[in-house]
Amino acid sequence: MCTLEKRGVLFLLTLTGDGEHRFHPDTIATILSLLEQAKSQSTRGSILITTANGKFFSNGFDLAWAQTAGSKTGAANRLHQMVESFKPVVAALLDLPMPTIAALNGHAAAAGLMLALSHDYVFMRKDRGVLYMSEVDIGLSMPDYFSALVRAKIGTSAARRELLLSGKKIRGEEAVGFGIVDSAAYDSEEGVVEASVRLGEKLAAKKWSGEVYASIRKSLYPELCGILGLEARVFATPKL
Amino acid sequence: MCSLEKRGRLFILKLTGDGEHRLNPTLLDSLRSTINQIRSDQSSSQSVLITTSDGKFFSNGYDLALAETNPSLSVLMDSKLRSLVADLISLPMPTIAAVTGHASAAGCILAMSHDYVLMRRDRGFLYMSELDIELKVPAWFMALIRVKIGSPAARRDVMLTAAKVTADVGVKMGIVDSAYGSAAETVEAAVKLGEEIIQRGGDGHVYGMMRETLLREVLVHTIGEDESGSSVVRNTGSKL
Repeated sequence: MCTLEKRGVLFLLTLTGDGEHRFHPDTIATILSLLEQAKSQSTRGSILITTANGKFFSNGFDLAWAQTAGSKTGAANRLHQMVESFKPVVAALLDLPMPTIAALNGHAAAAGLMLALSHDYVFMRKDRGVLYMSEVDIGLSMPDYFSALVRAKIGTSAARRELLLSGKKIRGEEAVGFGIVDSAAYDSEEGVVEASVRLGEKLAAKKWSGEVYASIRKSLYPELCGILGLEARVFATPKL
Repeated sequence: MCSLEKRGRLFILKLTGDGEHRLNPTLLDSLRSTINQIRSDQSSSQSVLITTSDGKFFSNGYDLALAETNPSLSVLMDSKLRSLVADLISLPMPTIAAVTGHASAAGCILAMSHDYVLMRRDRGFLYMSELDIELKVPAWFMALIRVKIGSPAARRDVMLTAAKVTADVGVKMGIVDSAYGSAAETVEAAVKLGEEIIQRGGDGHVYGMMRETLLREVLVHTIGEDESGSSVVRNTGSKL
């Protein structure tokens, strides 16, 4: 379901196979453990690129699995379980001691879009794939850390409204206009990954300290870090 | 170290000499006492402050060489700059930074502590260098960055790529208000802007109070903490 490959300085995390890459508790646990692996092997100049195969980056939580619980309460509990267990994935990405890039090969919806937004940079395709916060359409409320992530990464109230309140399926160019992704200039899965690798190598060449990088990153998002239980505050005085 | 000129109702504060205008305790004391002088001037509530500098640098940040000889000086410099910025935020008049040279780290923070940032486009950059030189970023710096830079992507570029932001890029990012062909043109434009503002009239005291509410998050950090980083409110002597 997902793999971690090392290519020189790049860690490549791939959600494998042709499906929707829905987040079932097992998938979530695997992603978390692979992120921990990347963290433990990180050095100066390490980079993480996350991508997926096929039509979907990820279509969010495994709601079908939640439904098979057999009762309304059962389904709610399973959904709650996924929401709670995914929170550490977002935290792990915010805490990762290296720059992170999400290379969107295809659709990213709900928790799948949250995974993408948890990265420092997001690239998507121009020709395929939409971003979609489905919650308003399917009548699900949003976890607090989802909202905090949207507020942290998306700057204008118009963009936040379009994403969260309109049920809009946002394509590449529009996503760039809203400031949700950094670039949507690519016509293929290979193109997005290649662009991510190019950016990754450029950042890797700076050989930044991963610890300093992660610390500065967290300090950009204090509200989100508070909700995730991550210590965002750096020292009140500089380590001169 | 610094000079003060009065041109009609404009106060022109200049970091003098050809050096890097490193924010060491002496320069910081000199700047603070000059700001206090401006504040207590009779015409202060109908005036404008322009801050500029001689030479290649606006300011290259804290005096790191000095801090290396005596680590307690890093605490002192940060405390003094915090007080200076708190004073600028409460100053009962609009403030304009005419950036005619490089502004790095604490020097960039000083520039950004002004209401308007005008900058030359032919030379010089704004540079939050901390990632490159592995300096931890004080929490109050991040508060100012968050308040003054609206776009999450721009904040990320400034803090997580240690971008050397030239004036035109700064304008696009929303950090710089306008860019000019040379140092002289920048100062001229600042003077012109200052005179326009004075023409509009208005009570500087009200202006100062409104600015405080706008930058409340920064004030909480600049006056809310003592050197050890605890939340004891400290009287810096600013009008709050």
